[in-house]
Amino acid sequence: MLNAGTVFFFMNAIEIMDLEKKFGDFTAVDRISLEIKEGELFGLLGPNGAGKTTTISMLSTILQPTSGTAKVWEHDIVHEKDAVRHSIGIVFQDPSLDDELTGRENLDFHGRMYGMGAEQRKERIAEVLKLVELESRADSLVKTYSGGMKRRLEIARGLMHKPKILFLDEPTIGLDPQTRRRLWEYIKAFNEKEKITIILTTHYMEEADFLCERIAIIDHGKIMALDTPEKLKQVLGGDVITMSVAKPKEFQKILEKTPCVKEAKIFDESLNISVENGSTCVPKLIAIAQKNRIEVNSVILKRPSLEDVFIHYTGRTIREQEADGKDVNKMMMKMHTGGR
Amino acid sequence: MEFGVIYIMWLREMKRFLRARSRIIGNVSMPFIWLVIMGIGLSSSLTIPGMPISYFSFIAPGVIGMSLLFTSIFAGISVIWEKQFGFLKEILVAPVSRTSIVLGKIFGSVTISVFNGLLILVIAILVGGIPLSGISLPALLLAIVFMIMISFSFVAIGLSIATRLNNMEGFQMIMSFLVMPLFFLSGAFFPLEGVPIWMKSLAYLDPLFYGVDGMRAMLIGAGQMPVWIDFTVLIGFGIFMIFLASYLFRKMA
Repeated sequence: MLNAGTVFFFMNAIEIMDLEKKFGDFTAVDRISLEIKEGELFGLLGPNGAGKTTTISMLSTILQPTSGTAKVWEHDIVHEKDAVRHSIGIVFQDPSLDDELTGRENLDFHGRMYGMGAEQRKERIAEVLKLVELESRADSLVKTYSGGMKRRLEIARGLMHKPKILFLDEPTIGLDPQTRRRLWEYIKAFNEKEKITIILTTHYMEEADFLCERIAIIDHGKIMALDTPEKLKQVLGGDVITMSVAKPKEFQKILEKTPCVKEAKIFDESLNISVENGSTCVPKLIAIAQKNRIEVNSVILKRPSLEDVFIHYTGRTIREQEADGKDVNKMMMKMHTGGR
Repeated sequence: MEFGVIYIMWLREMKRFLRARSRIIGNVSMPFIWLVIMGIGLSSSLTIPGMPISYFSFIAPGVIGMSLLFTSIFAGISVIWEKQFGFLKEILVAPVSRTSIVLGKIFGSVTISVFNGLLILVIAILVGGIPLSGISLPALLLAIVFMIMISFSFVAIGLSIATRLNNMEGFQMIMSFLVMPLFFLSGAFFPLEGVPIWMKSLAYLDPLFYGVDGMRAMLIGAGQMPVWIDFTVLIGFGIFMIFLASYLFRKMA
């Protein structure tokens, strides 16, 4: 838990304290606490129905928490809704554009809603359109856009009013791999260029791994693990290097005396070498091989993936979780539509 | 209350309306058919007891009222689409007051509805249902005020319904149990002078009755009630509904 003294030295973009959301008997978010630093690109990773969207909805003041609270840019999400809304931009999981308006009109509408002046709007629209490379289609009706273009426009709109914090709820869901890659590039670019704090939710391992500085693995409304992708993977204990060399037995003996190697085994005529840190060890191994005049045919460095980490913390793969998640989603839908 | 927000909400409704030209034709075609075919068709065989006017003239204000009722309620209910297509979320996370959002939506819908009503009025004048020679300018303006009040009331009703529904499944129910009774009991198509007392009592509960009656008094000089009663009831109801709609909208958000 954070005390007043620490706030003084660095700024937390978001402080979540014992945040909880219940829908009837179902606990969607189970008393989570979390701090996200200014400028950070933070990921909430988990299967559908894990509580990611519910968390984001509470942080963006759309949902009222059952208990606990959070501060977004130092504003309380329950008592200072308007101040919170001013500080954030959000790209929802489901589309939220007006199809009957053009891209530019959607952005202009947004700018006015956030109280921007005419000059300021015009300037900023040009800026964000350029950022997501939609200048040429800006004056077409949104209903003529492709899925990827709509997503980009939504991101541009989220950035329109220069928010301090941007929420991206499953930003690349339903997009083809190529479009997804491109979106990742945009997200990285404006995180750096606009110095904006980004919180994204995803159930794609590669996405969290590629984009996020820190990741919270969330499952059944709880945070199971929280760290950088690298450190999360290191928990599983180092990397594996597979080397195919001319004289494997001779090389194995040499490796036993090499400091960065934990273990070297011959497997299918190649060497399986366990190491602490693969990327620093590979060059050393190659240098040693050359020094001893042993020809190296191939080197494969395999790192534990976030998928492995996810299994480690939840005991299941994210895909197995998805099947469960669907029921939970249905349940939540019912509660959203029914109960009131 | 932020005027910028009200304005941009209104502007959005205008842009959407002007882009969907087919909708304008759709909105106007049904009242037009009623007016011309029913009006002219029944005129030859029907006389209005106690009124020196043809049936054609009698239903002209009624048809305007019908157009206003339908356009207004559906414009209000269209918020359900905005819920479903997600655009409402974009509006609701903005740092603006809920009241401004509601007012912007209402003003936009009222503008569209009154525009449609005026179109019917012009058509009614052109086909001879409403004799232009018989209307003074103040009466014409007051008739337009009635059109505006009717629109406010029913847009607010539509909007209130939309806050309580999440999809269009209940639409048929709304048509059968709200819109059609409001429409038939308004006296748009038959005078309520000679009807049984139960029907008359129900008609007095129908805000559209006062709207149609007020317009009829202004446009063809054949109102059933004193105009000040029509006016007072309608403006009172309209204001109440606007408050109710914004209350429900705030609660939903």
